[in-house]
Amino acid sequence: MINTNLQFDANGRLRHFIDIEGLSRAVLTEILDTAENFATVGTQQVKKVPLLRGKTIVNLFFEPSTRTRTTFELAAKRLSADVQNINISTSSSSKGESLLDMLRNLEAMCCDMFIVRHNQSGAAHFIAEHVAPHISVINAGDGWHAHPTQAMLDMFTIRRHKPDLTALRVAIVGDIKHSRVARSEIHALNTLGVPEVRVIGPQTLIPPEAANLGVHIYHSLEEGLKDVDVVIMLRLQRERMEGALLPSEHEYFTRYGLTETKLALARPDAIVMHPGPINRGVEIDSAVADGPQSVILEQVTNGIAVRMAVMSMVLGRAPQGNEGD
Amino acid sequence: MRQVIEHGRLIDPANKLDQVADLYLADGQIVGHGTKPDGFVADQTIDASGKTVIPGLIDLSARLREPGQEHKGNIASETRAAAAGGITTLCIPPDTNPIIETPAVADLITRRANDAGFARVLPVGALTVGLKGELLAEMDLLHQQGKCIAVSNACRPVNQTHVMRRAMEYAASCGLPVFLHAEDRSLSQVGCVHEGIMSTRLGLPGIPEAAETVAVARELMLIEQTGVQAHFCHLSTAHSIQMIARARHDGLPVTMAVTPHHLHLTEMDIGFFNSQCHVLPPLRTQRDRDGLRSGLTNGCISVICSDHQPHDPDAKLAPFADTEPGISGLETLLPLALRLVTDGVVSLMEAIATMTCEPARILNLTDSGTLASGARADICIFDPEQHWTVDPEQLVSAGKNTPFAGWELAGKVSHTLLEGKLVYESGL
Repeated sequence: MINTNLQFDANGRLRHFIDIEGLSRAVLTEILDTAENFATVGTQQVKKVPLLRGKTIVNLFFEPSTRTRTTFELAAKRLSADVQNINISTSSSSKGESLLDMLRNLEAMCCDMFIVRHNQSGAAHFIAEHVAPHISVINAGDGWHAHPTQAMLDMFTIRRHKPDLTALRVAIVGDIKHSRVARSEIHALNTLGVPEVRVIGPQTLIPPEAANLGVHIYHSLEEGLKDVDVVIMLRLQRERMEGALLPSEHEYFTRYGLTETKLALARPDAIVMHPGPINRGVEIDSAVADGPQSVILEQVTNGIAVRMAVMSMVLGRAPQGNEGD
Repeated sequence: MRQVIEHGRLIDPANKLDQVADLYLADGQIVGHGTKPDGFVADQTIDASGKTVIPGLIDLSARLREPGQEHKGNIASETRAAAAGGITTLCIPPDTNPIIETPAVADLITRRANDAGFARVLPVGALTVGLKGELLAEMDLLHQQGKCIAVSNACRPVNQTHVMRRAMEYAASCGLPVFLHAEDRSLSQVGCVHEGIMSTRLGLPGIPEAAETVAVARELMLIEQTGVQAHFCHLSTAHSIQMIARARHDGLPVTMAVTPHHLHLTEMDIGFFNSQCHVLPPLRTQRDRDGLRSGLTNGCISVICSDHQPHDPDAKLAPFADTEPGISGLETLLPLALRLVTDGVVSLMEAIATMTCEPARILNLTDSGTLASGARADICIFDPEQHWTVDPEQLVSAGKNTPFAGWELAGKVSHTLLEGKLVYESGL
């Protein structure tokens, strides 16, 4: 049936990684713990473990990306897999070849895993639904829907700084409505037991019925940042101005931009995160982005370990104990 | 040719008839029920024991995909599906390719339907040239020469209010009803689901309630000013129903239809991107579904239509927003309406009225939608006790796209007669 959770196989093991929604706290914790085991691989002399030797992984990117694609590629290579990058511009999919036909062609090349980035919500789910049984799908971002590996690397980063997630207040600031990162983070934070998740932004950038996702809504940055332990800033896309959602970047920065003064309202040991790429002077002031509370570059580093963890779990070869060291 | 349908339960909402009796037909017309007309000798006898005999259903909105999209279906395949669903009269929206904006296209469609012989097809002419919402279509020629029974802009917007005003005025002076699709495109934009819990959860662009209510408000003001006979096709929000009910209460000549899918499903049925639930207007909230149902209960919604839109399989095989909206609905129209009787929404008589005499009234058809003597012998006979499970592959329609796959429904058509001719018999 279409409505069962296709992320699991018949034995209840993680087969695809499409969406945080529907995954248990145990699964998310396992991903984080596995990532801890992989975190040191990058600092070794030989930055490789042989877990996925002989596996072929295809980075299937229908939307441009630098950071996500690169960290997936590095993660796959550090697991000793073979990686093929395929960038499909929207123009080539308008040549008439359907997504399904393209999939059949790639399947015929005997791949083991697709890492999918697509501008349509539900694209990774659709591919997972129709892909051959021996292939796993990892969602690297679909439309406004989900970006589960980004959410997990953010959880990983938070946990490293604030080990007890059940004692945290977390605020996500900016364009929640169009953000797959925000949706996945909200599910992950709630599933991992974070007691208070806030979203902060103007009504035009907060989706309707957002409270149903389990968040508190704030329209004032000052009120929303009060006493939070973690501040996650989201990137503001320029086209939001054209859609009559915002007056100007200047007004946005004045009202929602994170400056040192505003950050002082949060707890003194609060960390500042951003999925990147950052717009300096639009959603975040350089003094904050490069300041002592910023963990933005750590997020990038952690992205590799978390993606290694997800790939190895999905392909059924998660390391036991310290095997990754 | 004389026929008798014996021992069936005759239900004719137009005449408040509900009794077990024989129905007599002669030369494509109904000639009486109960007592046999003098000298009547039947050439053909249909046994309807245990079955319900009702007027052939009238569907105010069904796409047959011909001309223009024959890979999705054609007039023969879809009218055959209609017959299997007990439907004998179908209204075809003008968004074919070419558009029904000349009598020739309208004529082509009726001729093809006559050749196929499964159902009567009534074309709805274009309201504006090319359905572009700019210039008036030749409504009177469409009416007089093309036999169009109404005019409509299908699901295309008429953005300029003055064009809609003039179109309504002109249609009114031609004595033509206008079929309206209520949608303010500047509010719905690229939306593909209801703007609410599901659009937020799945990250799909939403269509707000206001996209419908703002359009309904505008059209109501224009209907009031122009005095046109207007009909809203497939409404989806409780709020629109309330607005139109109020206008009807104030005496406005306006009617409305809803579809079985909006009466039985909500946005929640989309689950994880189920493209079979991609429809326009979108499936909305539980509250809206309940609002539509109470609109039926209190009678302000008078019509249920299938809004049949058959698709080829590829049309539904893509990420949700890239799939084409619509449901193949001819064969589930009757049983899904009967389910509303089981659910306590309407009586059996009322349910049947929404698909027979009520749509006939909107189309100003006096010879259809009734079992009265002198009416066309368009008859639907169904077994109310026969339970069946919807299997898309078993649908007669070329379109297998239904969100009701696996639903167990009660009520299956056993015979359909079109002007006395048996056009469908189950098991054959």
